[in-house]
Amino acid sequence: MAELQEFWRWTEYTWNNPDVDWRKAKRIAAGIDVGSVSSQALILADGEIYAFSNLRTGSNSPDSAHKAVNGAMKDTGMELSNIKYTVGTGYGRVNIPFANRAITEIACHARGANFMAGPKIRTVLDMGGQDCKAIHCDERGKVSNFLMNDKCAAGTGRGMEVMADLLSIPIKEIGELSYQVDTEPAPVSSTCVVFAKSEALGLMRSGWSKNMVLAAYCSAMAHRVSLLLGRIGVEDQFFITGGIAKNPGIVKRLEKELGIESVKTKYDSQIAGALGAALFADTLLQKGGA
Amino acid sequence: MITTGIDVGAKTVKVVLMEDGKIRGKAKVLSGFDQEESAREALEQALKEAGLAREAIGSIVTTGNGRKAISFAKGDVTEARAAALGAVFLYPTARTVIDVGAEESRAIKCDATGKVLDFAVNEKCAAGSGAFTEAMARALEVPLEELGPLSLKATQTIPMNAQCAVFAESEVISLIHSKTEKADIARAVHDGLSSRVVAMVRRVGLDSELVLIGGVAHNPGFVESFKRTVGLDDVRTAAEPDFVGAIGAALAAAE
Repeated sequence: MAELQEFWRWTEYTWNNPDVDWRKAKRIAAGIDVGSVSSQALILADGEIYAFSNLRTGSNSPDSAHKAVNGAMKDTGMELSNIKYTVGTGYGRVNIPFANRAITEIACHARGANFMAGPKIRTVLDMGGQDCKAIHCDERGKVSNFLMNDKCAAGTGRGMEVMADLLSIPIKEIGELSYQVDTEPAPVSSTCVVFAKSEALGLMRSGWSKNMVLAAYCSAMAHRVSLLLGRIGVEDQFFITGGIAKNPGIVKRLEKELGIESVKTKYDSQIAGALGAALFADTLLQKGGA
Repeated sequence: MITTGIDVGAKTVKVVLMEDGKIRGKAKVLSGFDQEESAREALEQALKEAGLAREAIGSIVTTGNGRKAISFAKGDVTEARAAALGAVFLYPTARTVIDVGAEESRAIKCDATGKVLDFAVNEKCAAGSGAFTEAMARALEVPLEELGPLSLKATQTIPMNAQCAVFAESEVISLIHSKTEKADIARAVHDGLSSRVVAMVRRVGLDSELVLIGGVAHNPGFVESFKRTVGLDDVRTAAEPDFVGAIGAALAAAE
């Protein structure tokens, strides 16, 4: 029997920098971001990114946090006791047994974005698995204002997952496929994901290709997010974090709608929260770890 | 004169034939893909029930979300207008009409003639409509018509944190995993829907005689939750709640 294929998740992986010997580092700090769908752990050695993992969140936060940090430490010889300070963030942040402190994901994403994309970043859009946040921050990555949608699946990763499952298309292919259309269709008109699903099925019955439906859904989602951003005001420079940042089907349409390009970096946009948490941990460690 | 009201809803099409203030025939069919085809089918069924020929009927007025899609109708009225007309016709003292349908819900304030004075509507979000109970019944693996009776067997009230139907589905599944009784989950589902509907009712004001209409009023679990949420011992539910809009449209056709 063929294995049931899952379409809606990003690939899990771990990474470490082989050129760095963590044993020589004076400060080892970690950030753990236990999100609703995925969890990341990131380890800093003397303030530099040494290792990270990007894995799935399991059924409970403590296990997910352990799995994430073990993933980051994989093949490095590092043990949990080597990490001197850990900050937890994300949806499950209060339930990370080995964390010294919990800091909100809003603060962590802003701080992570500041590191990843530089001090000129003023607007951060974090598009997570189950919520979406528009954040305003200063040159140090400190949050000055934010708006969040955590009540409605429309405009969150979850909405895209539902569509990926419905159309049986892996989430990482959606962005590219959504541009393989002859003409850009009008956005899906339903806001609610439940209704958008019915609408998508109706469009397919009336002869639309899957790619057309994806294009229509991506632009609906881009529009939805642009409304949230519009309420807080988009100020240059603009950066997107979270899983959706890896979906050009949303990103390019959103940039077009806003009339502003987002800053692209070499980093995985999903690690921003864990990176911010690790940066906080590193700072706290330098202050004496209290 | 026999007039016809057709309520082209998101899930079902309802047809009512009326003559001199009396219902002569009625029928309900699934909306399906082609709303006009479904409306024709429902009309034929209603005619058959009434023992009438197609030629016997006068003007046809439509309502519901597909009201513009029916080419053989004379005209159409808004859902709020049809609901108010129908509700006041059936229950002359009704002044607040609460219509909870498959994909939309609305609260309507009206006067003694069925004229709409004010209304609020939720058409953007499944959380305030029948679609919410459908999705939750699926997650609970319970047939939709059993969800209401099941919820009446609940022994405790547990909160539902999620408002969004998509998030609530995950919450229902984790409640099942944590061995919560299905009856208690079913009550939480109806409480969630009720709180959305009541919030909408409060936008038009909650000070006059209520009547509940729309297909979801068939669900005893929702009605029970609604009473508790709104804080009333008794709430009038229309006898055939899903036909009220079509009755209103048939009345509008006579005007």
